[in-house]
Amino acid sequence: MKTKKINSNTLLLIITIALFFVMYLAGCVVYSAKGFTHLQTFLNILINNAGLLCVTCGMTCVMLTGGIDISVGSLIALDCMFLAVGMERWGMSAPLLCVLVLVIGIVFGIVQGFCVGYLQIQPFIVTMAGMFFGRGMTAIISTDQVSISSNEWFVNLANTRIFLPFGAYTNNKGVLQVPYIRITVVVALIVLVAIFLMLRYTKFGRSLYAVGGNEQSAVMMGLNVPMTKLKAYVLSSFLCSIGGICFCLNTMSGNVQQATGLEMDAIASSVIGGTLLTGGVGNVIGSFFGVLINGTISTLVKTNGKLLSSWSNIAVAALLCFFIVLQSIFANIKAKK
Amino acid sequence: MQSQEVVQMSKVKKLTGMPLFLPVFCMLLVMLVNVIFDAANGNFPFNFFTISVRNGVLYGRLIDILNRGSEIAILAIGMTLVVSSSAGTDISVGSVMSLAASFCCMLLAGYGVASTSELAMPLIVGVLGGILMGCVCGAFNGFLVAYLNVQPMVATLILFSAARAIGLLLCNNLIVYVRNDSFGFFGSFLGPIPTPIVVAAFCILVVSLLLRYTALGLYIQSVGINKKASRIAGLNSAKIIFLCYIVCGLCAGIAGIVASSRITSADSNNIGLNFELDAILAVALGGNSLGGGKFRLAGSIIGAYTIQAITTTLYALGVSTEQAPVYKAIVVIIIVTIQAPPFKAFMKRMSAKRELAKGGAAA
Repeated sequence: MKTKKINSNTLLLIITIALFFVMYLAGCVVYSAKGFTHLQTFLNILINNAGLLCVTCGMTCVMLTGGIDISVGSLIALDCMFLAVGMERWGMSAPLLCVLVLVIGIVFGIVQGFCVGYLQIQPFIVTMAGMFFGRGMTAIISTDQVSISSNEWFVNLANTRIFLPFGAYTNNKGVLQVPYIRITVVVALIVLVAIFLMLRYTKFGRSLYAVGGNEQSAVMMGLNVPMTKLKAYVLSSFLCSIGGICFCLNTMSGNVQQATGLEMDAIASSVIGGTLLTGGVGNVIGSFFGVLINGTISTLVKTNGKLLSSWSNIAVAALLCFFIVLQSIFANIKAKK
Repeated sequence: MQSQEVVQMSKVKKLTGMPLFLPVFCMLLVMLVNVIFDAANGNFPFNFFTISVRNGVLYGRLIDILNRGSEIAILAIGMTLVVSSSAGTDISVGSVMSLAASFCCMLLAGYGVASTSELAMPLIVGVLGGILMGCVCGAFNGFLVAYLNVQPMVATLILFSAARAIGLLLCNNLIVYVRNDSFGFFGSFLGPIPTPIVVAAFCILVVSLLLRYTALGLYIQSVGINKKASRIAGLNSAKIIFLCYIVCGLCAGIAGIVASSRITSADSNNIGLNFELDAILAVALGGNSLGGGKFRLAGSIIGAYTIQAITTTLYALGVSTEQAPVYKAIVVIIIVTIQAPPFKAFMKRMSAKRELAKGGAAA
């Protein structure tokens, strides 16, 4: 008989998923009067964090190779500013701009990936330079807050609601409320599924794990390690650009200070989802729940209304601490065996 | 003729091989840019170096750089030790700075008070409290890294996001102003000299004496080079790493108090913003490997002031605050590329090829 042993990584994933449900149910019980139990609350978490989800998927891929990408926040700011200024000031067509943004992401990723993979510079330093560069370029394009309002195609895209066929309810004013999601959620979920399948079933996905697990053995197996790393960073920046478009559809503006600290949210979500920063272990399903936990915490703090917004930062940090300690305990047990 | 060239080449190699070559070279380059810029604008070309006394205090661009660069220099001390001992960076220093400043101002003004000119507690209590807060944060990071074997970047990520938020809670989401001359002292002048310079010089002196006259520096390097071997050799590796993080927290606390004293307030959202990046950059610029092991404190300090000199020069050239990061990024990439092993190997191959070609021509 084949028995499947639960290893520590699966256990961490289970804890994460359980934690999300406990947290959400607690929210439902405590804030049921404020409409927390409606399906729309959950969907709003998805809508608000669609961009973050795309970014986190890319971040997970980079972290699997043992690297890190802290340039994502400023790349999103650059994308949003480029979209906003492109539409409002240069009068370019929105689909073309979206394609250009994706190209920017790929070029950004190639440069960073080259430095990390082929020049063997520490990922943290390379992407830190990328972070400076992105933020500075945003300021060079424009230092104003630019709102997107004139481009019909983009505004329509942002306002499109996709109604779900279930979960409708009538609110206390007697109006039928049909739960909806936005285009960004669809995009983010497609990205999630695609990355999940890629990590699981493609050669590239498996080689990401191999490079992160043990670089030396990966070299000996005949994997092209620098190329794999380069591809991982290109993927991260590309997904980040998709996330940037989602982010822009949510905020409808470009601003130099946009998405500051988003890289830390993405890293925290990945770590909470069970990705090890040493590389080789992780899963986007975990990252998905990491993002959901992140979103639930901020929604809980917002729903409460009395708590300062800094409490959500502290709660995420405390959770991060909890998971890091848990991971290290598991790792120590494994090392002792 | 050829032998002379070889001698010259080896001299150049000797110069570039010196440990402090990179930071000093960068510093000289920045100064050169300043001189050219001044000359091109029809000003006195050595404007950059003139120091005058106005209203009884020293005045000049050099003094300005030394003054504004104090916080980065103080942070760079702690960061150098952390990088050397644990082969990782402490990314929480900026947030810890902000937390130390908030805690200090909260103690001095009392909880929930937005603005005060009367101190609620003696100055020394507030200042020591702030520094102590820095140490506690350092100890937290150190515990995670040294005893739980968490990667330094991940461990410090916790306080990176939490410390600023805790500072905001301590200040009740307000910007606390302590409008008292005694508190503003750390950001103003001691006689003719700006106090931050004195504070930074004091910190540098204490740490360098400590490293020079005790075996601590050696221990830190050996732990950084090989943690396991050091433990087998009888060093308490974990304790040394722990200590380095406490010193880093201490430095962040001091830097936080200087930064908050400059503006006589605790602006949680802005104090120490992006300082962790500058501090790490200072260490890298100083020719220290970010992979741990051997370190040179002098390199980091010169690196810190070089960064400030670059920033000040950029402002003098008319680059706005928001656009300056682009140039900083380019500087970072150039520096780390020069230091990268594959690039060095490539250069070596190139020079070998050139010599081969020369030899072939001679034959």
